[in-house]
Amino acid sequence: MKDFSNRMRVGCLAGVAALALSSALPAAAEDSITVVSWGGAYSESQRKAYHEPYMAETGIKIIEAEYTGDIAQMRAMVESGNVTWDVIDVDAATALAGCDQGFLEEIDYAKVGQPRDKFVVGGALDCGVATIVYATVFGYDNANVGNLWGGNAPTTIADFYDLEKFPGKRGLYKKPFVNLEWALIVDGVAKEDVYNVLRTPEGLDRAFAKLDTIKSQVAWWEAGAQAAELLATGEVVMTQAWNGRLYKPIKDEGKDWTIVWDHQGVDFDFWAIMKNTPKLDLAYQFVAYASAPENMARQSNFISYGPSHADAIPHIPEDVLKDLPTFPGNMGTAFTVDASFWADNSEALQERFNAWLAQ
Amino acid sequence: MALPAYATPLERKWHVAFRVLCVLVFIFLVIPVLIVIPLSFNSEAFFTFPMPGVSLRWYDEFFGSERWMDAIKNSATIAISVTFLATSLGTLAALGLSRAGFPGRAAVMSILIAPIIVPVVISALGMYFFYNTLGLISTVPGIILAHTALATPFVVITVTATLTGFDHSLTRAASGLGARPLTVFFRVILPLILPGVISGALFAFITSWDELIVVLFIASPETRTLPRQMFSGIRDQISPTITAAATILILLSIMLLTTVELLRRRSEKLRGIRP
Amino acid sequence: MVSTAVPAGGLIEGSAVLKSHLRRAERTRKLRAVGLVLPLFLFIMVSFIIPIGVMLFQSIYDPDIRTLMPNTAAALDTWDGADLPDETVFAALVQDLAAAQKEKKAALIGRRLNYEMSGLRSELVKSGKAAMTMTAGPYKDQMIAVAPIWGDRATWAVIKRAARTYTPYYYLSSFDFEYTADNDVVAVPEGQAVYKAVFVRTLGISLLVTALTLVLGFPVAYLLATQPPRIANLLLILVLLPFWTSLLVRTTAWVVLLQTQGPINDLLMLTGLVDERVQLIFTRFGTIAAMTHIQLPFTLLPIYSVMKTISPSHMRAARSLGANSFYAFARVYFPQTLPGVAAGCLLTFILCLGYYITPALVGGPTDQLISTYIALFTNSTVNWGMGSALGTILLASTLVLYFVYNRLVGIDRMRLT
Repeated sequence: MKDFSNRMRVGCLAGVAALALSSALPAAAEDSITVVSWGGAYSESQRKAYHEPYMAETGIKIIEAEYTGDIAQMRAMVESGNVTWDVIDVDAATALAGCDQGFLEEIDYAKVGQPRDKFVVGGALDCGVATIVYATVFGYDNANVGNLWGGNAPTTIADFYDLEKFPGKRGLYKKPFVNLEWALIVDGVAKEDVYNVLRTPEGLDRAFAKLDTIKSQVAWWEAGAQAAELLATGEVVMTQAWNGRLYKPIKDEGKDWTIVWDHQGVDFDFWAIMKNTPKLDLAYQFVAYASAPENMARQSNFISYGPSHADAIPHIPEDVLKDLPTFPGNMGTAFTVDASFWADNSEALQERFNAWLAQ
Repeated sequence: MALPAYATPLERKWHVAFRVLCVLVFIFLVIPVLIVIPLSFNSEAFFTFPMPGVSLRWYDEFFGSERWMDAIKNSATIAISVTFLATSLGTLAALGLSRAGFPGRAAVMSILIAPIIVPVVISALGMYFFYNTLGLISTVPGIILAHTALATPFVVITVTATLTGFDHSLTRAASGLGARPLTVFFRVILPLILPGVISGALFAFITSWDELIVVLFIASPETRTLPRQMFSGIRDQISPTITAAATILILLSIMLLTTVELLRRRSEKLRGIRP
Repeated sequence: MVSTAVPAGGLIEGSAVLKSHLRRAERTRKLRAVGLVLPLFLFIMVSFIIPIGVMLFQSIYDPDIRTLMPNTAAALDTWDGADLPDETVFAALVQDLAAAQKEKKAALIGRRLNYEMSGLRSELVKSGKAAMTMTAGPYKDQMIAVAPIWGDRATWAVIKRAARTYTPYYYLSSFDFEYTADNDVVAVPEGQAVYKAVFVRTLGISLLVTALTLVLGFPVAYLLATQPPRIANLLLILVLLPFWTSLLVRTTAWVVLLQTQGPINDLLMLTGLVDERVQLIFTRFGTIAAMTHIQLPFTLLPIYSVMKTISPSHMRAARSLGANSFYAFARVYFPQTLPGVAAGCLLTFILCLGYYITPALVGGPTDQLISTYIALFTNSTVNWGMGSALGTILLASTLVLYFVYNRLVGIDRMRLT
């Protein structure tokens, strides 16, 4: 009898353990796709503009994830055969490199349901469908103008590099991207020549040398949301950021900040599909949904990025349009980021940049 | 530690300085844990003091967000499974190791304890390579296996500690009276070592529940755990929701801590050790 | 034992039977003990030891070039390295690159070669595209026209070296050495050396944090050990609370505390200690403060558990023999605490070596420890060989300390509460 009750106990224990293990196995019943993007306010705008209505319409669950733009991570997934991302929001350089190196799916525009020529120039790539137009700008807290800078306000990227006139820490993206361009422009290179100069070893040395002049006063951010956080917590007096990341706290949290539209690097973000994803059809379905002009137009209401599809613009209210990077009044000195340069060089330059940072 | 009456003035001054130092260290230990609690009621979207207002919006967001809830679900599933596996494997091993004359005890023990000595980043790296070839990467069972390896040493240590001073004549007496091994285990050994087993289980639970590095290497968005979600909360998705999550975690740790403390005292009483 | 106790002749046979019975019983007992340990032992082997073995293997295993450029690798086996290779090697190169490009793997070749000679990646992709269109030889001049790197002996030296299936390259890099075109091993130039400094930094920060935890932890352990149990248990909770709180929660807290507009700076300004807010977050100071906080209980608790066993009568005896309290403490009490001090400090030091999350969140770019680079190489740049080599070096240093710990303290005396 005693023995029996002992066996019961052992049996129960084993049963509970088995139960715990079996419930641990992933449930396969529910359809879901993983959409990876840049986090923070940007992901939030995509969630409101696309994910939530898409999930409500189709019943398919979207699992969100963030990354910081590392190409290698995607390539590792494809190489190791462990593809857990389905749709990714990438920059132009990644969309190009992904095609060359075979870790992104080649887009069949018939499945996207939009003709290629409806997208902005350079927006319909072989492995990426443009979704937004954004700009890398810088912004500052207006409180610093009176407190710190004797009434002067920075108006150009040269001011961003001017530690004497505008003392204080600056926030910069922890990547060479746009930083090397700005360094050269501040150093006197015309914006048209920037990439030609950067293609030479001397040009690169020159850019890094210019970055050296402010290195001691830089706080580096890796994820877009950190830029606004650095400025909001007073960690920096001005910061480089993607324009929407600064605009959102100004509009929603009432921050007294100014965005400086000078020599901003204009670039697109793209929807791309991971090579060998087991959920190819769902991935296309999502990209098609997010690329339809009436859906795309929604996103500008949540973050100040411009649509990439010509037919989306009429859907956007006038007062929203003026804060977008595509608004002519904001475009004066802007330059377009050279995607092919970065597709070829981003990893090598990132390595050099990391080594430079570690010194 | 009252100062004796014959203390010199220098000794008195030293005594005061010592007390002050200790108070400062206690402040240093506790304040950083408690500082996040008020911030979780901040009405603003950044980690700023002074807080412009008080609100429950971050708790709303925490409990209303599918991501956080999924993360909790994943973490709970993983941590509970790990607790079962680690506790059973660890307790058995500790029982075996405590038998007199276990061959190569020190060497075996070193290997069994190694997972908490080897830097987690190294374990994570190895598991990333090896589990990938087994197809276990970014699956829940894969994370359970990895966490169980990291958690069992705690069970082995706590149960072994309870077993030192364990009177083996009790088991011999029980066997001598005709009890079968299983009966001996459940009726004699387990009640005595239970406090150690339970605190080992709690350690195993908290190890898995808190673990981030392995998860950074081998989890996917679908198998994201609570610490992983908090990590992106600090880096990619900066929002005070993580302070709400942190507050809830602190409450949980206080509960676990109290349980372990009570168990420890009970165990000492059971084994007749005066604290 | 039995036979010496019972020397009578008629019983000798019986005692031998008893002896073998006993021996058998002993063996069964041992087997049962081993049987109890075996499941966990096997489990740890499979889920932990083998993965680490795989990592060790990854640090020398380097098959990429051999598999992606099989013909070139074979053709280069006989190349003496003195001059540019001949036409057969170039023909093999074109064949390999065209095949690789078709599979979109030219960039993979480029990535591996890029480790040793930066700039090769984009040249490789360019050459791969060109190779696909080449129909007839001689290939040597065609390839050099496409990309001048093929006319450089150094490129070929890199390929020949990278074509080895097992390589010491990653270890050399981990210690900041590199190859020259003539296969000599030389130190990396001053400006580009990284890892030696990182190892030194990892050791330095770990030592400093260990010392700080000892300085802060020892007095508190002493206080706890000399208070009556009720007060001591209450105070102990204050030590255990951070110990039981998630590492991430504590790191988050430090991010909040250290901000320029954060509470520490507020306090400094309020008390007039500083006129201007000071930079605390993303600095070495922040990293060390946060690490010290997290490690303090690990150093403190073992010291406390040793102190608890020291009888207060020793100190009283010393005092009554005429020693003042400082002398009595230094000569009588402190030496007895040393086992606890050694245990706590070693544990903290070993754990510090592997720090990753905390420096990543509160430190600046020059405060990162070796684990950061291991994670960076594995997860971001996919240079698994490099990640594994750095990991192996870290593992080796940890194991040495673990061995010392085992010798000094004994692993089974490790206590958690």
